[in-house]
Amino acid sequence: MSRQSEVTGAAAAPVIEGINVSKAFGGVQALDTASFSARPGEVHALVGENGAGKSTLIKVFGGRLRPDSGEVRIKGQHLDVFTPDHAHTLGTWTVFQELTLMPWMTVAENLLIRREPRGRLGLIDRSSMAEEAHSILTGMGITTVDPRALIEDLSLANRQIVEIVRVIVQDPEILLLDEPTSSLGENEVKWLFGLIDGLRSRGKCIIFTSHRWNEITSIADRITIFRNGAEQGTFTQIEESEAVTLMTGRQLEAQFPHPPVLGESKPVLETRSLEGAGIRNISLMLHAGEILGVGGLAGHGHRELFFSLFGAETTTGGEIIVDGTRRRIRSPRDAARLGIALVPEDRKTEGLLLPMSVGVNLTLAVLPQISVMGVIRGAHERRLSMDMVESLKVRTPGLRNPVGQLSGGNQQKVLLARWLLADSRIVLLYDVTRGVDVATKHEIYELMMQLVREGRSILFYSSDAEELAHLCHRVLVMREGQVAAELKAPDITAEAIVSAAVREAERVD
Amino acid sequence: MERRRPSRLSYFLSQNVGLVLALVMLAAAIVLYCAVYFVEQATLPGNFEITSTVNNTMPLVLAGMGQAFVVVTRGLDLSVGGIMDLSNALAAVQIHDSIPSMVGWSLLILAIGALLGLVNGLLVGVGRLQPILVTLATLSIYQGIAIRILPQPGGAIPPIYTAVLVNPNQPWALLIVLLIGFGWYAFRRSALGVAIFAMGNDEQAARANGINTVRAVVLAYALSGFMSGAAGLFLAATATAGDATTGNGYTLSSIVAVVLGGMNLFGGRGSGIGVIAGAFVTTMIVNILFFSNIDPLYQSFYEGLFLVIAVVLGTLIGRFIRRRQ
Repeated sequence: MSRQSEVTGAAAAPVIEGINVSKAFGGVQALDTASFSARPGEVHALVGENGAGKSTLIKVFGGRLRPDSGEVRIKGQHLDVFTPDHAHTLGTWTVFQELTLMPWMTVAENLLIRREPRGRLGLIDRSSMAEEAHSILTGMGITTVDPRALIEDLSLANRQIVEIVRVIVQDPEILLLDEPTSSLGENEVKWLFGLIDGLRSRGKCIIFTSHRWNEITSIADRITIFRNGAEQGTFTQIEESEAVTLMTGRQLEAQFPHPPVLGESKPVLETRSLEGAGIRNISLMLHAGEILGVGGLAGHGHRELFFSLFGAETTTGGEIIVDGTRRRIRSPRDAARLGIALVPEDRKTEGLLLPMSVGVNLTLAVLPQISVMGVIRGAHERRLSMDMVESLKVRTPGLRNPVGQLSGGNQQKVLLARWLLADSRIVLLYDVTRGVDVATKHEIYELMMQLVREGRSILFYSSDAEELAHLCHRVLVMREGQVAAELKAPDITAEAIVSAAVREAERVD
Repeated sequence: MERRRPSRLSYFLSQNVGLVLALVMLAAAIVLYCAVYFVEQATLPGNFEITSTVNNTMPLVLAGMGQAFVVVTRGLDLSVGGIMDLSNALAAVQIHDSIPSMVGWSLLILAIGALLGLVNGLLVGVGRLQPILVTLATLSIYQGIAIRILPQPGGAIPPIYTAVLVNPNQPWALLIVLLIGFGWYAFRRSALGVAIFAMGNDEQAARANGINTVRAVVLAYALSGFMSGAAGLFLAATATAGDATTGNGYTLSSIVAVVLGGMNLFGGRGSGIGVIAGAFVTTMIVNILFFSNIDPLYQSFYEGLFLVIAVVLGTLIGRFIRRRQ
């Protein structure tokens, strides 16, 4: 919050304004007479819990949603047409949280969609399209993305990069970024902030949302805090604790709970020299009541390890031992039968049935237990689900509402709750807190502690080393698909985790 | 960290697995056909065989192509056969032996086909109804109208009309195949092509990119109707008379051609060139079965068997190639 450039002096008139904007989805009031304005030449951060209305406001500004009531003004002009095209003609471009790329089209086709270079007969000229895309990418310092590759074949981070490049190349007057950094690594975040800096110095307006406080303070000129669909105030300088209080409406106790002391306990899950696509010679042991962390740089086999243990990836060698017995886990069904549950990061594609109701999603894994001869006992199902929704504080208008309507953090809670109901003893948590707001993160931490206190075990991968350091009994650091280091209780620090991952990386290269 | 860039060819192969497999399948079918023909007749297929194969396949090429536009949008057009029946019946009743009648009615029939497709498109795109339901209903409706126009097989197609479209002596119709192939090439490089494919990739994302997805869907069905209309004309020209029921089988075989052509039934992926190959493979299978002296009663059994094998193999090979990439 240190910098505040000349242009953003109080004199500058807002370039985009929302005045008493309201928008409801079903029974959920996503925006409740929210007001917000941003000036040219400033980077304005929108912060708040998941479901606070940030994404909805961005969608209204970006022309994806028409507000139920209230007014939007761009450069002082009343906005009446809410379509992406109209927003574009006014110079407003958005990087949406859920990516808007076409998976089976190439990077070049996506970058230049609807402004493809034309050749003979007015037809799209594919080779000059690839060249143009190439020069756009290299012009923005991206050399790791091939314009001819299909989006489907890119990593999540690279997809996000393509999405950002596509918008920045339009030279927006107003740039809206909805959680642009949640899937980016450190270097990529630096790259993005470089671009944002360039736009700011040219007098453009940048509005972005993020859950990473250090990012927000490093780039934002002003911060507006949202809660329950309305703004709580705009600040040029604010302490994190104060901001969190405003975001959650309550004081937050110690940021990380401590895991309960682990005495002698028997191993519940063990692997011996596990081999598979992306993983090599992994031997680990998870005890009852233990939180075993898995850390390391992104893309070093964590995902493959977790999905192999859940039966969603095939292993080519080694053994998996559950409760002292060697087991073959060929499918998630096998895993569920052994009491193994997986909560993945990408809840949209890996776990939830978005169009189906909260109730159905909660009880999906326990259908046999709540059914009599194949028929679900409705009252029983409702009671179980209701209890879960209440104890996990899932914010939903009702059990019958589709999960897709809930905010990200709440979807994550539904997925966690499903496995709690299913009495899974071994819970694999794969980067579950990515893109989740502070308050929900805290609830997830508490939930983890509750799980291990009940004697269940957690294998916990997180891209946030800080989290691993505070929440785990032990941490394994992975590198190139192998376990590179094991850190035990007094020696686990975020620095130790990162340096173990990096040191190994340097040595091998 | 920088990996070596794959070559152009390897990109083409991995991104067009379906098309490549369809072409390979076509080549295999041609070789097999020549082999069984040679065993039976002690000579290779000549001009007559080639011409009749091409002429027999043309309606399916057209219908399959129409189906392809709709499949790209994640839809399915079951009314293909109905529109073909209607176009066939109209041609038999209306086209007379004069240039204005032949040209005028041909154009009018194509326009009617497009219009019938447009109706499907409006119901699916604007009405937001399920494609299968809509086109199943309109299939019956269009068939009903066709029967009303031509209750019994009959009518007549002027010989000159037949000679121009389906020359029985030379495979001129291959020129039309080329034209269709170029049409697809142009379609893929047009704004409409981008819109229809984007819609099939991800409707929400397409809309966020400012693509009018409703318009894309409506036009995809209209294109399908237009192609089915053309297929009906071709069918009439081949038979030199009309029959308001001959189009019926084409609904399913157009889907078969699309599948054999390597197009993804979940939309957004595939090539019309593959569909042309798929249509020819479908005809070749029948020819191969014929010359292998297989009991005609078992023909549909073997056709089905072949389809399953082709799809399973195609999927496995596709997966293998993508994994290696």
